[in-house]
Amino acid sequence: MPLYHDDDQAMLADSARQFMAEEGSIKKQLRHWRDRDCKDGFGHALWEQFGEMGFTGILVDEDDGGLGMGHVEAGIVLEEIGRNLTPSPFLTSSVLAATALKHGGDDIKGRYLPGLIEGKSVFSVAIDEGPKHRPETIRTRAEKSGNGFRLTGQKDFVLHGASSDMLVVAARTSGSDDEPEGITLFAVPKDAANMSHDAVRLVDSSMATHTKFDGVELDGDAVIGEVDGGREILNAMLKAGRVGAAAEGVGVAGGAMDMTVDYLKQRKQFGKLIGEFQALQHRAAHLYSEVEIARAVVVKAQQLLDGDSEKADLMSSVAKAKVSQAAGLAVREGVQMHGGIGMTDEYDIGLYMKRDRALSEYLGDAYYHAGRVAELSGY
Amino acid sequence: MAEQLESFRKETRDWLEANCPPEMRQPVRDEGDVYWGGRNATFKNDAQKQWFEACRDKGYTVPDWPKEYGGAGLSPAEAKVLRQEMAAINARPPLSSFGIWMLGPALLHFGTEGQKQRFLNEIARGEIRWCQGYSEPGSGSDLVSMQTFGEDKGDHWVVNGQKIWTSYADEADWIFCLVRTDKDDKYKGITFMLFDMASDGVSTKPIKLISGNSPFCETFMDDVKVPKSYGEDVPGYVGEINRGWDVAKYLLGHEREMISATGGGDRATSLGAATSRQGELDPVLRAQMALFDIDALSFTAMSEKFMDELKAGKGHPAQPNMLKYAGTELNKRRNELMMSAGGSTALEWESEETSGGKTARGWLRTKANSIEGGTSEVMLNVIAKRILELPGA
Repeated sequence: MPLYHDDDQAMLADSARQFMAEEGSIKKQLRHWRDRDCKDGFGHALWEQFGEMGFTGILVDEDDGGLGMGHVEAGIVLEEIGRNLTPSPFLTSSVLAATALKHGGDDIKGRYLPGLIEGKSVFSVAIDEGPKHRPETIRTRAEKSGNGFRLTGQKDFVLHGASSDMLVVAARTSGSDDEPEGITLFAVPKDAANMSHDAVRLVDSSMATHTKFDGVELDGDAVIGEVDGGREILNAMLKAGRVGAAAEGVGVAGGAMDMTVDYLKQRKQFGKLIGEFQALQHRAAHLYSEVEIARAVVVKAQQLLDGDSEKADLMSSVAKAKVSQAAGLAVREGVQMHGGIGMTDEYDIGLYMKRDRALSEYLGDAYYHAGRVAELSGY
Repeated sequence: MAEQLESFRKETRDWLEANCPPEMRQPVRDEGDVYWGGRNATFKNDAQKQWFEACRDKGYTVPDWPKEYGGAGLSPAEAKVLRQEMAAINARPPLSSFGIWMLGPALLHFGTEGQKQRFLNEIARGEIRWCQGYSEPGSGSDLVSMQTFGEDKGDHWVVNGQKIWTSYADEADWIFCLVRTDKDDKYKGITFMLFDMASDGVSTKPIKLISGNSPFCETFMDDVKVPKSYGEDVPGYVGEINRGWDVAKYLLGHEREMISATGGGDRATSLGAATSRQGELDPVLRAQMALFDIDALSFTAMSEKFMDELKAGKGHPAQPNMLKYAGTELNKRRNELMMSAGGSTALEWESEETSGGKTARGWLRTKANSIEGGTSEVMLNVIAKRILELPGA
């Protein structure tokens, strides 16, 4: 498969680009909700528009009412989300939770997918425990209780946790904390008793929670897939989420770079456009090169994931790490080359820097994934 | 179509099985393993001769050139199959030459029918070894400032001047050479000439590099007579007189693609995995290896995307500059890491264990990657100007 978009994908990219630039713009969404101190950090009306556009069900099978598309297509939407810093629960709901639900039975799909597809439901995923992404260790426990389970533990960095209609929770049903096996995924509804959210606003104005499960009683039908069979589903979610976050990161990088290159063509100092200075030209050209390479590896990872390739796991980490570095460079150079106004809240470039920081951390930063690349490569 | 390709694959596999000797299915170890052809060429062994002759007779020294010019006339898809099948058995290239990589593409694009018939066939059959005369002592990155001058004497020019970095000039038979033929027009005053290195007045002097090897020469031209014609429809220059810069620019694009295609070295294998087999890596070095592997795998995806887009006529025409920049910088980094992983063994300059200092010499050689064929700084200039469209670049 060639590493560029086919005609259908190019059409989707056009419409996603136009839609996000108009409806998902920084002014209309990110700044709007941030400046109103919105408790969700995103707009529900926009999420419903995502539903009307078909974006919400992009990864959901056609039999289940979705578009039955792949990660290349989801990535097209995510790149535009990244470029416009559009706050939305797309990544957690339509990529991560949707991937989990693919592994669920008809009952659980029927319960949750229609709301997702319409853009009415918001889903979160609760994986991390502690400030760093370490999905190898899961301490949150789900013990047998009657016909169901009783959930105890705490999850962190749960994006949109307090705004969610359902949380996909990775919990341990057997074995010790570090064991690969013995994980079960649960679909926990928002009104579950003994679940509490400590909502925190993050640097990029998105909302996350520390979520406590203090003996949350769950029915057996809250299990996604098989009991003790959650690791495989979790790995599938992580692959999809990492490649998705990488696609969004390419959008963040591209948006920051374009803004910066435009600025170099407008700002005058010493009687010259600053873009005429070779010191800045070379840095901008190096940045372009890094962003293009990051874009290429993301498409590669998406295609491998869609083709169910064995290499998809390695390449999802490569893509996440590479994008994190390229986007980090883009926002740092962006702020520096904007000079003083880059430090002001009025200018958007700083918003890119904040978003990149949060997105890089989500589902593992470049250092985590570099370690993973070494391990998967056998050293 | 797919069926035809599969049957071609089978034929190719059978042909390779029958014609590629086992000795030619080993990685190239030293310069002697590379066959360059030319008037004075000798074969290292019978296997090298046998493999070269089989490929020559089949048109496989230049598989995608037309049959009438010594190639096999393969379609891009067939040529890809051949490359894949050769790679699968680690087959060495039967013939290496600047004629194949550089002059050939220029002649295919700009040459007359007579030039193609003569020169391309000579290249394909390994009869004439070419070298390239571009840079001059005072004209490196600023190539167009070159001064080597050809005085018009009617049916010939008299050329005087000096070229530098002419690869293997001391072993080459002919040279394709940029010569100024109009001193008043910088860009439209250069002619892309072709002449015999055995001509009176041509002399060469090898340049010893920091790697200890001498793949490059200085080439001096002292009243060298270059005919304007070598016979009917065989001009002594490519393209038009005074428009050699067009040919040179076209070739530089080719050269950048070629260098960028080798960027990062052997990217199929993880550098961290390969080096850790020699001994445990220090933790920080291991981390650097992982970061390198990430960049190398990402660059591989970029190269693949570039090739896909090239075939489909998509992509920015200045992209090879980006690939050249990123690929060569990556290759330098790779070699730095290999030296670090190798420790004091990698420092050995002549020992048998290191095949004569292969790691160290290779490391030093890669420093030229970001200089030859346009420096990294020139590549960044081109990206700034042509892709980012920055002012005054």
